[in-house]
Amino acid sequence: MTPPQRQRRQPKHEPSPPFHEDDLPSVTGERPPERLYILTGEDGERAPIDLVTLIVARADPPPSAAPEQSALIRICQAPLSVAEISAYLNLPISVVTVLLTELLTAELVQARAPVVRQARADRSLLEAVMHGLQKL
Amino acid sequence: MDFKSSDTITGPRTEDHLPHTAQAAAKIVIVGGFGVGKTTMVGSVSEIRPLTTEETMTQAGIGVDDNFGSKSKTATTVAMDFGRISITDQLVLYLFGTPGQERFWFLWNGLFEGALGAVVLVDTRRLEVSFDVMGRLEERNVPFVVAVNDFPDAPRYAIEELRQALDLAEEIPIIRCDARRRASSRDVLMTLMSFLHSLAMSGASA
Repeated sequence: MTPPQRQRRQPKHEPSPPFHEDDLPSVTGERPPERLYILTGEDGERAPIDLVTLIVARADPPPSAAPEQSALIRICQAPLSVAEISAYLNLPISVVTVLLTELLTAELVQARAPVVRQARADRSLLEAVMHGLQKL
Repeated sequence: MDFKSSDTITGPRTEDHLPHTAQAAAKIVIVGGFGVGKTTMVGSVSEIRPLTTEETMTQAGIGVDDNFGSKSKTATTVAMDFGRISITDQLVLYLFGTPGQERFWFLWNGLFEGALGAVVLVDTRRLEVSFDVMGRLEERNVPFVVAVNDFPDAPRYAIEELRQALDLAEEIPIIRCDARRRASSRDVLMTLMSFLHSLAMSGASA
């Protein structure tokens, strides 16, 4: 018996460069809506909220905070990824992104940017991951 | 939208807390059709019980769901399971198990942005369900390895036969695995990381 046959595809475009703020407003049809949410970091540099951006609370929830915001702040006493926040709060990623945008603006939480694949991969990062996996 | 009162939100268990030193996270994506073992693989290596995140697809699914002529927008909820591995006190790795079906592809846009790489999990009983997924990764230049989840009653093809059937370049690793076993799933991830490392090395010397 022979397996079914597939045909290889070619890249449609050059490898996407590391995410850059200049790319954000250009809605070319490729960029999904959730990418249009932008957060402002401490240094004023804009960054997208990724599924694996780590969020840490900077303060206790203020009395004025909405219940969802308070819950988010409370579960982020230790760093937590956006995906985990979505899972624990039982809210879609897009809703969590909106909540986070507000909380970041109010400086109630801090975001730690994810490690992303670069055009030139970071060998020391890959080596660290391999070393970590070996211990599993 | 239903939101549980903040008093009922439990959040992570104490033992699932990341250390405050955790500075950054990276992600790997495990793709494949339904029932191929994505969640099993995520669960076998994850340090936390796999969690589920979801997204609601409405207009974001344009061109995916053929709703032309229908009066109301349909909203579909798509779930994705994921797990976590702490690499060091500073670095965390997340694994996302993602359905390979066409109607879920909108989810990938955000997901693959920045992913280190992908594992395509295949079942030799339904090899063709992974074809589109692989094509999609190739088009997006996301490096991937192929892991064959060995089901007992599945046809066993030689690796070279699979390579030919999947039209994979010589350098792309294909390995057999048992997604239920931690060591086996870890080996798959290790294979992906070695492959990414070799790509980085060849890129550096070019």
